[in-house]
Amino acid sequence: MYKYDHYDRKIVNQRVDQYEDQLNRYFNKELTDEEFRPLRLQNGLYIQRHAPMLRVAIPYGLLSSNQLRTLADIADEFDRGYGHFSTRQNIQYNWPKLEDTPKILRKLADAEMHAIQTSGNCIRNITTDPYAGVTPDEIVDTRYIAEILRQWSTFHPEFALLPRKFKISISGSKYDRALVKTHDIGLELVKEQENLFVNVFVGGGLGRTPVIGQLLKENLPIEHLLSYCESIIRIYNLYGRRDNMYKARIKILVKALGVESFKKQVEDDWNDGKNSSNHLNDKEINRVKQFFTSPNYETVESIDLEGQFRDDHNFLHWIKRNTREHIKNGYRSVTISLKGKKQTAPGDIQASEMRVVADLADQYSFGEIRSTHEQNLVLADVKEKDLYDVYSVLCENNLGEANIGLITDIICCPGGDFCSLANAKSIPIAKNIDNLFDNYDFLFDIGTISLNISGCMNACGHHHVGNIGILGVDKDGSEWYQITLGGQQGVNASLGKVIGPSFSADEVPAVVKEILNVYVAQRDSEEELFIDCYNRIGLDPFKEAIYKN
Amino acid sequence: MDTQLIKNKELVPNDWFWVVPDNSNEEVKKQAGKVVQFKLTGEDFPSDGTLHNVILPEAEKVIVPLRLYLLKTDEIKKKYKEYGIWIYSHDELDLFNHLKEDINSFPVVGVYVEKFADGRIYSLGNLIRRKLSYKNDLRALGDVFKDQLFYLARSGFDSFLIKEGYDAKKALLGLEDFSYSYQGTLNQMPLWSER
Ligand code: HEM
Ligand code: SF4
Repeated sequence: MYKYDHYDRKIVNQRVDQYEDQLNRYFNKELTDEEFRPLRLQNGLYIQRHAPMLRVAIPYGLLSSNQLRTLADIADEFDRGYGHFSTRQNIQYNWPKLEDTPKILRKLADAEMHAIQTSGNCIRNITTDPYAGVTPDEIVDTRYIAEILRQWSTFHPEFALLPRKFKISISGSKYDRALVKTHDIGLELVKEQENLFVNVFVGGGLGRTPVIGQLLKENLPIEHLLSYCESIIRIYNLYGRRDNMYKARIKILVKALGVESFKKQVEDDWNDGKNSSNHLNDKEINRVKQFFTSPNYETVESIDLEGQFRDDHNFLHWIKRNTREHIKNGYRSVTISLKGKKQTAPGDIQASEMRVVADLADQYSFGEIRSTHEQNLVLADVKEKDLYDVYSVLCENNLGEANIGLITDIICCPGGDFCSLANAKSIPIAKNIDNLFDNYDFLFDIGTISLNISGCMNACGHHHVGNIGILGVDKDGSEWYQITLGGQQGVNASLGKVIGPSFSADEVPAVVKEILNVYVAQRDSEEELFIDCYNRIGLDPFKEAIYKN
Repeated sequence: MDTQLIKNKELVPNDWFWVVPDNSNEEVKKQAGKVVQFKLTGEDFPSDGTLHNVILPEAEKVIVPLRLYLLKTDEIKKKYKEYGIWIYSHDELDLFNHLKEDINSFPVVGVYVEKFADGRIYSLGNLIRRKLSYKNDLRALGDVFKDQLFYLARSGFDSFLIKEGYDAKKALLGLEDFSYSYQGTLNQMPLWSER
């Protein structure tokens, strides 16, 4: 993975100095609340219901074991012994003290980490496929391009104070696991005779106005990637709405202008800025690329796990759900579920558990960990012959839940328990749904399905793209839940449809159960996934079953 | 030295009179039916009426709104030894097309931000340098203090009028916040060219 040199180190350290000075000036009343707000946000510091929340960047979801240990130490020393992995591959602490934040940032800087641009109206953490570099459907490894984008976007002088936040995601595989069509800019890398090109999507996003991104530029040669993004964001910076935060995202501008006219403005700017000093060259691409070469894989035989562990159903279930194919024979990628029965909230992880994962990474997976936007962790390179040992350690530490991609692998925002914007709580809803499935067989029978929960229309839990989406709504001051069906991420990204009037918290688990019953009764075979069945039969059968009582 | 002006990385006396039309009496246009939740910046320009009523001050050097300059070109030319122009951060670049003279005939061009969180000023800096090829003093005016200076300098600005009540000496240090920057700008190569 990428290693800091003295330049990176200096920049990150100077950022801590700068932030500390801003905080001191705020404490000395040299900066008002209003002035300090964008400054602290650019360092990942929210003020939420109980305390500040600090969001730490995990660039494109890649961590070393030592970095994970640092995150564990911070959780112990400055928080309540746990952290929360977010849907943008970052980690959040819910209970730090404002005056401790410079100390936390110094500790992060020592481990080559930071909280730069993790919130605020600027370019946020670049996200990508958590299986980059190891997935068999990969066309281009996105990690080095993501690192190039990270550097370019860090303290970009023009884009620190945009109309609204700006999220970039990048995918290089046949199946899009990076959600490029629901980002402000989504980048799809393609290759033609060893030359790299980019398909640029723009104006996607969830939130209160969900929009699927549109293709703006096809086959852009990679050397123009940075200058083209600059032109897009420049036009947005100048013309995006600043009077109404709910209309300020780039998707609203693209819609208002129409994609063609937006494109014309972008290209006019870009055409005479093409020889921008940020024109990428092979030297720089290769410099960064060499940090992401394959680790020293051993030549090992593939193992017949099914045969060898015929009697251990739990392990085989876990293999089926929580491990996936690897480019290298005899290896698999392991996804560690942070959605177990013992986790207090989806994505939460105790400091002690972080250390267990870090040790596993050191022993079995080249010392690297990745975070996913589904709020789980990945050990990307585990030998098949080590899987049983990894599984055993995970089970001993409450991390052995075999539910990746199943209905209990819930994506959920912090909701009313933590977030001041919430209409309704979301974590207890997730817990109650989880409790429906104490029986593994039913869970496995339902198979691959996604369930997403957001506590309000800001959509932090991506409810629009959940096969089942649950949204907290406020009705006369009490908490209600609206349910959508048929959302989907990936190449066929689509937005869910509202099923009907909303439900109380007590009713939600039964409604989810009913939805699943309809699916089980209507699917044409056990192979037909929930989403395919829904697309075939439509909303009505579900609606009828749910509202008949 | 009692000055709020930073230029070429030092505090310098400010002998420019900055002319700001007073449009406090103008009716604020509401966007019909829209709830304006987070009004970051004013989108209103002084009306022609307001501009006509501006009394040109007794001074040697002034910076006047480009809109005012276009309206009273002859008077301004006659009255002042030196004059510069400034635009609002919500002005469009096209406004400069109305000028008959070369933009480089102005020793100072300013961009005004009403609220610090308005980042349009940075992109305008880039456009004024790149598209209009402006070579002289590009000045940031308005809600300007320490925390913008590093970015402003990299977006093409070379002078900064620090907001009244803010410590300009401290603000000067903002220009030194970082020793390196990753990305290139119009007059600086990206860090990778050094690596
Ligand atoms: C508790 C404090 C939080 C606050 C105050 C907060 C606030 C917001 C707001 C206001 C938006 C909407 C922005 C817009 O659409 O323009 C948003 C979007 C978002 N938030 Fe949060 N959030 C919080 C926590 C989280 C957490 C914990 C996660 C991850 C689990 C998260 C992930 C996201 C994502 C992914 C979006 C983007 C949705 C989109 O594509 O537009 N947020 N957040
Ligand atoms: S979706 Fe709403 S409730 Fe949930 S974290 Fe985001 S802003 Fe808060």
